Amino acid sequence: MTDAAGLYRTVRLIRRFEERAIELVKDGTIVGGIHPYLGQEAIAAGTCGALRPGDVITSTHRGHGHVLAKGADPARMLAELAGRATGLNGGRGGSMHAADFSLGILGANAIVGAAVPIATGAAWAARRAGKDLVAVTYFGDGAVSQGVVLETMNLASLWKVPVVLVCENNGFATTTRVADAVAGSITGRAEAFGIPASTVDGSDPEAVLGAAREAVDRARSGGGPSFIECVAYRFDAHHTWEHSARPRYRTDDEVAVGMRRDPVALQGSRIPAADRERIDAEIEALLDEAVRFAVDSPLPDPAGALDHLYADGLRARAGVS
Amino acid sequence: MPILSYLKALNRALSTEMEADPSVVVFGEDVGVAVSNVTTGLLKKFGPERVVDMPISEQAFTSFATGAAMAGQRPVIEFQIPALLFLAFEQIVNQAHKFSLMTGGQVNVPVTYLLPSSGSRGGWAGQHSDHPYSLFAHVGVKTVVPATPADAYGLLLTAIRDDDPVIVFAPAGAIGVRDNVDFAALAPVPLGVGRIHRPGDDVTVVAVGHLVHDALAVAEELEGTVSVEVFDPRTLHPFDWNGLAESLERTGRLVVVDDSNRSCGIGGEILATAAEQLRLVAPPKRITRPDGAVLPFARELDLALQPTRAQIRTAIEQVAKTSYSTQTEE
Ligand SMILES: Cc1ncc(C[n+]2csc(CCOP(=O)(O)OP(=O)(O)O)c2C)c(N)n1
Ligand SMILES: [Mg+2]
Repeated sequence: MTDAAGLYRTVRLIRRFEERAIELVKDGTIVGGIHPYLGQEAIAAGTCGALRPGDVITSTHRGHGHVLAKGADPARMLAELAGRATGLNGGRGGSMHAADFSLGILGANAIVGAAVPIATGAAWAARRAGKDLVAVTYFGDGAVSQGVVLETMNLASLWKVPVVLVCENNGFATTTRVADAVAGSITGRAEAFGIPASTVDGSDPEAVLGAAREAVDRARSGGGPSFIECVAYRFDAHHTWEHSARPRYRTDDEVAVGMRRDPVALQGSRIPAADRERIDAEIEALLDEAVRFAVDSPLPDPAGALDHLYADGLRARAGVS
Repeated sequence: MPILSYLKALNRALSTEMEADPSVVVFGEDVGVAVSNVTTGLLKKFGPERVVDMPISEQAFTSFATGAAMAGQRPVIEFQIPALLFLAFEQIVNQAHKFSLMTGGQVNVPVTYLLPSSGSRGGWAGQHSDHPYSLFAHVGVKTVVPATPADAYGLLLTAIRDDDPVIVFAPAGAIGVRDNVDFAALAPVPLGVGRIHRPGDDVTVVAVGHLVHDALAVAEELEGTVSVEVFDPRTLHPFDWNGLAESLERTGRLVVVDDSNRSCGIGGEILATAAEQLRLVAPPKRITRPDGAVLPFARELDLALQPTRAQIRTAIEQVAKTSYSTQTEE
């Protein structure tokens, strides 16, 4: 799926998945809202395009794109967002926690920066077990101010861990601009730990794929971690609550300019119109079916609210006696 | 009387205190734009030197506030999620809280930690739904959980003025509450003083935070059957044991409603203290989250692990009709 049409397919799938999910937030099917990935599709498509099935990823609160690009079933993903028993996590995780360990998706994470050491530890352990697996860990520009991310870069570099650190610089951490939160440079942080770092156009799937291939090859061949800063623009809200709350931290003009860097339009322009139309139609059909599956799926049984809390099935005491 | 919302009360307390005391500063993420609506208007009024947008560096800015407090500032930190307290637990518990004693009283750390929308927000899943006030009461940080707009105002004011670290939880389940309030009567509320929202003779219900409103609704339902006194401790540490003792002198029966995980939650402490030292004529009951609860994402599962009105009602009815003597007779 890494030829031009394959990349288009992935970015288009993510785009339309997010747009459908936003509709389901609006009609109340998805409770709690989502952090839309619109505008950043190229990052997930390009990086996952460089991976093998056995490789692993960790994701973020804005994680739908990563999970889909790594191959998660859109229907079970939507069912998870809608809190259904058939969801990837049985309705236990929701938008910010989708995981599919059968596909190497070690989970999205709602705490900024928190997944970076998890991916790194998983990659380290796999290497010790003799597997030539690579881990990719995604995090936002906001995460580069988290101590745990810096601490992890030190470990990853010290021990040449096969992890690729993918920083999605989408311009903002919620309402805070990168320039107001990041001293020095983002890539300079990685370089300080001796990790090769590059900055790519995160709106261009092929540019991201190129950088990711180089980093993944380095990791797989024992060359240790790499850091890729992918610069893109967040088209939509930080979180869908913005659609009603409308906090003012960027102008409509700025958004309009940012949205000119459209990864879906860019990749679409690289393939024949007929292919594009065929792929679009396939994706619509797939998502129609996914929405139907999610909406028709049963809600989880409240009696099982504490299922899976412990590995050994230990039953917690109830909250009433 | 004019209406005051809980959220506006927090905003008003901050604004009042920032006006009154130039050493009060606000730190947090997105506090300039006021994503949580708690800091609305403050940046414009007080400027970026006093309303400071922080990078996502909770561990750093929590202890940064401790340093600033030692140097004469009175920082208020807004945390976006209760779970961030786990990240900054070291900075609050092992640093800020310990300085006074460990320096032989040379320094105080007047920092306020404010948690808007603590507890379940409904559909935000396990990492956004904790209500860890019992943890802070346990380690000894002054811990406040206001239930009403007037108390939110008065307790936040007192927290800021207090010379020790104080943590203020503003439960998601209470933050939308609006009350008729006499603005002229808004005043600081002392720490460690509970409030009886509704007097009663048969059963004392101690309810924490947003659960006060559930307890009041159930008390209303039971009107004419069981006379329920609703006691809101408002502060969990220090706790108003005298206030509770007086209530139990009258009722002798106790139900506690607490949004903590059951084991080692404040509800357990209240029951233990009542059993040891206060007047009880019947075995008390508590309604909590289950042991070690992690709130799942799906709405039905999330709700299944939080105290419900039906549970409160059943507990009150049971406690009202049992007593230690009838129990031993059985
Ligand atoms: C440690 C931590 N602090 C604060 C938050 C609240 N929060 C959620 S997303 C977010 C902004 C993250 O910005 P960035 O890392 O740039 O990712 P983006 O949202 O832009 O994808 C914040 C502050 C959190 N989830 N975790
Ligand atoms: Mg960002």
